[in-house]
Amino acid sequence: MSDFHSPSIAYTALAPMLCIGAAAIVGVLIDAFVPRALRWSAQIAAALLGLVGALIAVAVLAGTHTVTADTALSIDGPTLFLQGTIAVLGIGSVLLVADRSPALDGGAFAAQAASTPGSADERAGIQAGRIQTEVFPLLMFAVLGMMIFPASNDLLVLFVSLEVLSLPLYLLCGLARRRRLLSQEAAVKYFLLGAFSSAFFLYGLALLYGYAGTVSLSGIQAATLTGQHNDTLLFLGLGLLSVGMLFKIGAAPFHNWVPDVYHGAPTPITAFMASATKVAAFGALLRVFYVSFAGLGWEWRPAAWGVAILTMVVGSLFAVTQTDVKRMLAYSSVAHAGFILVGVIALNRSGLSGSLFYLLTYSLTTVGAFGVLTLVRDPDGEATHLSRWAGLGRRSPVIGSVFALFLLALAGIPLTSGFTGKFAVFSAGVSGGATPLVIVGVITSAIAAFFYIRVIVMMFFAEPVADGPIVATPGGATAASIAMAVAVTIVLGVFPQPILDMANHAAPFYH
Amino acid sequence: MIPIVVLAVLGVGFAVFSIIAGSLAGPKRFNKAKLESYECGIEPSPQAFRGHRFPVKYYLTAMLFIVFDIEIIFLYPWAVAFNKLGMFGLVEMILFILAVFVVYAYVWRRGGLEWD
Amino acid sequence: MTSTTHYVAATGVFHLTFLLVLLPTVGAAVLLLGGRRTNPWGHLLGCAMPILSFVIGVIEFVALIGRDGGQSRQLDQHLWSWVPAGSFHANVNLLLDPLSLVFVLLITGVGSLIHVYSVGYMEHDPDRRRFFGELNLFVAAMLLLVLADNYLVLYVGWEGVGLASYLLIGFWSHKPSAAVAAKKAFLVNRVGDVGLSLAIMLMFTTFGTFAFDGIFNGAASGHAHSGTMTAIGLLLLLGACGKSAQAPLQSWLLDAMEGPTPVSALIHAATMVTAGVYLVARSAAIYDVAPHARVAVEVVGAVTLVMGAIIGCAYDDIKKVLAASTMSQIGYMMLAVGIGPGAYAIGILHLLTHGFFKANMFLSAGSVMHGNNDEVNMRRYGGLRKVMPVTFACFSFGYLAIIGMIPFSGFFSKDKIIEAALDKGGFEGGFLGTIAIVGAGLTAFYMTRLMAMTFFGVKRWPKDVHPHDAPRVMLIPMAILAFGSLVAGYLLILGGSLQHFLTPAVGGSVEVGAHTISPVVLSLITLAVVAGGVTSAWYLVARKPIPAEPPTYVTPATKAARASLYGDAFNEGVFMRPGAYLTRALVFFDNRGVDGLVNGLAALVGGTSARFRRLQTGFVRSYALSMLAGALALTATLVLVRVG
Repeated sequence: MSDFHSPSIAYTALAPMLCIGAAAIVGVLIDAFVPRALRWSAQIAAALLGLVGALIAVAVLAGTHTVTADTALSIDGPTLFLQGTIAVLGIGSVLLVADRSPALDGGAFAAQAASTPGSADERAGIQAGRIQTEVFPLLMFAVLGMMIFPASNDLLVLFVSLEVLSLPLYLLCGLARRRRLLSQEAAVKYFLLGAFSSAFFLYGLALLYGYAGTVSLSGIQAATLTGQHNDTLLFLGLGLLSVGMLFKIGAAPFHNWVPDVYHGAPTPITAFMASATKVAAFGALLRVFYVSFAGLGWEWRPAAWGVAILTMVVGSLFAVTQTDVKRMLAYSSVAHAGFILVGVIALNRSGLSGSLFYLLTYSLTTVGAFGVLTLVRDPDGEATHLSRWAGLGRRSPVIGSVFALFLLALAGIPLTSGFTGKFAVFSAGVSGGATPLVIVGVITSAIAAFFYIRVIVMMFFAEPVADGPIVATPGGATAASIAMAVAVTIVLGVFPQPILDMANHAAPFYH
Repeated sequence: MIPIVVLAVLGVGFAVFSIIAGSLAGPKRFNKAKLESYECGIEPSPQAFRGHRFPVKYYLTAMLFIVFDIEIIFLYPWAVAFNKLGMFGLVEMILFILAVFVVYAYVWRRGGLEWD
Repeated sequence: MTSTTHYVAATGVFHLTFLLVLLPTVGAAVLLLGGRRTNPWGHLLGCAMPILSFVIGVIEFVALIGRDGGQSRQLDQHLWSWVPAGSFHANVNLLLDPLSLVFVLLITGVGSLIHVYSVGYMEHDPDRRRFFGELNLFVAAMLLLVLADNYLVLYVGWEGVGLASYLLIGFWSHKPSAAVAAKKAFLVNRVGDVGLSLAIMLMFTTFGTFAFDGIFNGAASGHAHSGTMTAIGLLLLLGACGKSAQAPLQSWLLDAMEGPTPVSALIHAATMVTAGVYLVARSAAIYDVAPHARVAVEVVGAVTLVMGAIIGCAYDDIKKVLAASTMSQIGYMMLAVGIGPGAYAIGILHLLTHGFFKANMFLSAGSVMHGNNDEVNMRRYGGLRKVMPVTFACFSFGYLAIIGMIPFSGFFSKDKIIEAALDKGGFEGGFLGTIAIVGAGLTAFYMTRLMAMTFFGVKRWPKDVHPHDAPRVMLIPMAILAFGSLVAGYLLILGGSLQHFLTPAVGGSVEVGAHTISPVVLSLITLAVVAGGVTSAWYLVARKPIPAEPPTYVTPATKAARASLYGDAFNEGVFMRPGAYLTRALVFFDNRGVDGLVNGLAALVGGTSARFRRLQTGFVRSYALSMLAGALALTATLVLVRVG
């Protein structure tokens, strides 16, 4: 203890995270002190202010390279790129969450999460027009965790931020207003499996500490370079640590939770999970592998190849027989995790920048796609069964075309952002010596394109079903969120240069 | 490598041995006290509580206790090393206590402390 | 063309080139996204955009004429890099050279007139705004196609005009026939597009670039294998066949007449269908070193030329006759560009004159339909020249131009093609030349038949129809185009002006071989054949009363012509049936999880997926187990790789 020195903390470099943290705490206080009638709008304002503040902070910080809080956090190009992405995704998700227009039957969230599904309590709450306003602070805490996750420069901070982002998500999954049993089941499943994977992560962390005698990523890297330690500990630790992160990105064989949880969760939360969580977890994965274990590329590549191939194949193969649009998008998100893994495995600068770019394009398109899902409705909530979507494009061409655009982007058709992203990642894979992996990627992309296009065919060429779902006129918030996704999807498809440059400049990691 | 394997084998072996030996060797005489939950929770009952789900009041209080318990765990070493941590330690601890206090205020305002 | 291709950077007024494409794009965006609130002024905006583009085109034309000849007339405007990744470059650049400028003027000039005409033609259509939006979309895509400086951007424009064509053919999608026609055009074009995309990929793997200059210099350097060049040429030709309705992908054009008449005039006569000719002319450097591919172009042109003319003789639907004639005339252009060095410019010349006279005839036909309650059957017309004098006059100009009468525009361009074909010499030249002359005779026959059935003879329209000339907003564009049909040909060949102008883009117009027959004699022969066609049509059609229903007892030749020479049957036999059998055979392997839309390979994937789907049980315990197994496998692999 005698040699204790206060760590220096560069508070300005942490401004994005501080903004989000402050907004989350203000959200808690709003729930405590603001009268019920004003709570919902006050929460929206606080959350959006925090997110916009964080985005501005990221913009101001651009170009910073610093390791702060006694090497616990690294604020560098990739961190800021990912934090900016997460802030934008946060704004998109908050807008989806915020929409309570009458067309959406009072929002996507339970009147009171604690009331028994189907009870008189629940009915009374819904009739009184109540809604669980804690959604916003929970969401902001999750965003906080996601912002710290890719910035973490040591394994303990990595673990803490993993938990900070996970715990609110478990809760949020159980808050659906309709089909609440399904939603609560999803929450419990996610929690149990998430805890399970956290245990793996923690065990891996402990083994790595045993190996290197430090939890800092640079320290571990230094230990791997000397090669004078116990390799068994290193690889056991690396494997178990990876399980924790692969679980969060939804890579096979740790993907089983994805379809069930995405399906059960309220759709705005699904949008948030499928986009922001994936971005944050990939950020952390990239940092761990590029900083600590880059020197061991030859050793971990075979296992990583296996995971990537399995993920791409499982994701695109399972998606083919899904009859529910939400589940199909869930499997598609698994497949995309596999595609991004190709960029991770490339283990070079273009692999890093390609992955960053892919994350941005994929996640924004995903927010938009789930946003559209909230609009297609039956009397008892969202109509997600594929058969209900027949002829939808003919009855409401605008929504149909927008969704078709998102699907084309997910399929990676040129002139959409998805193509540019896929191209960046795959070309990085080829230059990183992973050509067979890229071939698998291209084949599975073709399989994936089939089920995306099947939905488009359903929407535009099948006869509309009688008494088909209503396409709700989106409230301003949802419309804004979807419009943002459309704009980004098109602009990054046609004119991706500035953002590609930005991703290029963001690399490499600073530690 | 070998020490780990030996340790694992010993650990698994001891657990399996204990369970088997206990069930074979121990006398089996049950009474009410023996069948109750060990040192925690409320009385188990065959049906849910008065036809509803379990009341969560007990758990709520328990969780609040844990929050403050953890706060104390942090405060105690900090207090011991206060002189060495200096101003930095004071500021960080105030921030931490403030965050916990916000949560406390939330629980209080939303009726988490009312028993009925 | 041995000199290297080099494009200089755009300067001064040429910086405006991007506006050519941007203006109609903005128009389309405003009109299609703006919704009903743009209804009152939508058509005005729709007209303004191509007119502004035309003005810019004229300014650039004047500026271009002012520059020295040769390479300084090929200006490249760099807009942005699309995907630069390692050695892979794809730029979004525009190329303004004589060839693209000629097309710009044709597209925006004729396009503007047709926009103005449409204001009157679509006046009572509730969706007029959408019509103008889609028309602007077409103009934008077509301009992008011709202004591209590399094959990738060209492909974007190529698909864009395909989309616009699809939308506009199906504009009245409430009519099942229109919807089916749109789908057919789309599908047939897809076959051609596959050819074009394969050609682009092959060029990229051969030359490592998409850019015109890189590819052309590479082709001229002669390093590439001649078989590769032939393959590229043939694949490009397949693409051109699809877009330009050449055999064997011609069948969609006749059905495309379901679209509104201005669409037929602009897209399916003057501009889009000539994109194939543009593609071949633009790729002149490739065809220069691929003589076998060039022969294929000639053959396709010659076959379609005759096919179109024969089909044109049999139809009673005025628009379909004109469509068949379009096929036939594009056949002439293909023939010309297939002849190769020296004749590319002649093909473009015919393309331009055809743009005038065919657009004129379509608009006039639209006027005829407008005055006859949208009747298209020529057996219900007759004697219209008295009640629609202006329309009759305009149509006559087009008629005289297409049959190649001195001094109308068609005479100059068609005569040149026949001359160039014969001058090739040998069997090839003689054969192609003869076909071209026969085609001219057939053209004269079916066009005279059309004139006779529509404007001459006794009136055959029902009592409740009162034919009348169209309103002035429609007549003025027709009159301008009619004037163009008269003078365009002469102006363009005056002192070989067009050929000289196009030299930097497609190579010089050298005379190929010696004259087999002196040009004057040849002209006289052609005119004689044309006169024969006119006379026989007059004798066979106009002198006898025309029955209201087409006669049923006809020769097999007429039957074949009425069935479009079995174009659809051919498609069904060659493309659809084998595809259907293949699909069925594959689906046979696995029927599970297959809905009506799943086909072929997808059926296999679907089956596998359905089986594995059972792994997703929904039980947390089995998920946890699979995670555990995964974790064990992962760590085991890591450790084993290290040990091993």
